Amino acid sequence: MSTRPAPLGRAPALLVVPAALAVALLVIPLATLVLSTDWADLPRQLTAPAARTALALSLVTSTAAMLVCLALGVPLAWLLARVEFRGRGALRALVTVPLVLPPVVAGVALRSAFGRSGVVGEPLLEWSAFAFPFTPYGVVLAHVFVSLPFVVIAVEGALRSADPAYDAAAATLGASRWTTFWRVTMPLALPGIAAGSVLGWARSLGEFGATITFNGNYPGRTQTMPTLIYLTRQSDQDSAMALSLLMLLVSVAVLLALRDHWWRSA
Amino acid sequence: MTRLPAAALALALLAGSASACASDAGGHGDQELTVLAAASLTDVFEELAEDFEAEHDATVTLSFGSSTELAAQAADGAPGDVLATADEVSMELAASATTHRAPLATNRLVMVTRPGNPDGITTLDDLDGVAWVRCADEVPCGRVATAVLAGARITTAPVSLEEDVRATLDKVVSGEVDAGLVYATDAVAAGGDVTVVELPEAADHLTTYVVATLAQAEHPDLAEAWLDQLLSPRGRDALTRAGFGTP
Repeated sequence: MSTRPAPLGRAPALLVVPAALAVALLVIPLATLVLSTDWADLPRQLTAPAARTALALSLVTSTAAMLVCLALGVPLAWLLARVEFRGRGALRALVTVPLVLPPVVAGVALRSAFGRSGVVGEPLLEWSAFAFPFTPYGVVLAHVFVSLPFVVIAVEGALRSADPAYDAAAATLGASRWTTFWRVTMPLALPGIAAGSVLGWARSLGEFGATITFNGNYPGRTQTMPTLIYLTRQSDQDSAMALSLLMLLVSVAVLLALRDHWWRSA
Repeated sequence: MTRLPAAALALALLAGSASACASDAGGHGDQELTVLAAASLTDVFEELAEDFEAEHDATVTLSFGSSTELAAQAADGAPGDVLATADEVSMELAASATTHRAPLATNRLVMVTRPGNPDGITTLDDLDGVAWVRCADEVPCGRVATAVLAGARITTAPVSLEEDVRATLDKVVSGEVDAGLVYATDAVAAGGDVTVVELPEAADHLTTYVVATLAQAEHPDLAEAWLDQLLSPRGRDALTRAGFGTP
């Protein structure tokens, strides 16, 4: 590497200095979180029943949300990437709205649709005696709402960068469109699908605003890690720090899982 | 002015604002009183701030939030002249920063139901079998609710433990649950959106709001004046109308 010539010259300070500031801005708060946590007390904090229950619920609901996102998001991404139809651009813009929506707004919107007195929720409750709010299903629903756009965008990007000529070749060899999708398109887009899943999963794991607005907070049912951290902060800062550190560790683990995808391309 | 270079103009502006600050300290002009207060005091404090501004030729800046959060901020040296919390426990968090404390008002727990009380909920026992919410144990209204429920030997579980009393009220107002345990003042604020059920058990578990002047106050005299106004008949009247009790 070091022997390679640098024809473009030295990196200008005008770019290096702001870049270094960006690194400092992102890294310093995380470093201080790690440094100011009471490590000796950490095992006790992390094995507390409330923390274990919340972490387990977070992992289960995030994973369930990821599976739903894959089942619904991959077909939608395929539709957006491979099928020409009127209003495709508008549809793509529409499904990415939750990406930029403040999470608490997402919670309010979900409630107006799926709440116990919501437009869809009320008939559902009367018909089946089931309602999403205050249940783990409601948590998964909130997670899917905020994570699905991540999955769709990541997978669509992967599908677009995969050469459609392979699809065409499969078709000329007599493969149906479903066979082509399943045997050719999907395997080619697999890295993008994997990256999209992990991103969506991580987004679910950190989801807080929509979840607490739509589902409230009850240990074992709707109290996820971010909700527990938010509440713990009101009475016990040290415990909140320890729980935050745990979330940081989980996030880093996700990054490590992604390293093949991102770091190799660097 | 247009001939002045930009830098000189900026300097002139800086000098101008500096002299304005100096005149503040002299005790006339636009003094600013910063009040940190529990969210449940919003309506009362906003009303009283208008009178106060007219009377003292000052600007009142109100910052509302959770009592524990504001107390922690005040102890941390956050700018503020007065702190008002929803209970004594939170005020203790700011003990190092308070200079003069006084009990402000009391609040009591009530039950609110959907308008007209369609489920016929009249006592805490009726919570069994309906969807209801209360505050989480970590926040003051949750501590009061737990005490009242334990006193009445109620074991039925709520569907959610809300992060603050307004979130609890909101779940009832929006029709997501059938009932909730909130402060009397929140029930007053909700007006016709809920029906109030008084809880005789709650009389033994009143919370006391506390107000204090802060050590970091920029205008200690104004801070004292704010306390005086709160404890005056007019302040008392505003508190009573909002549903607060006298300590």
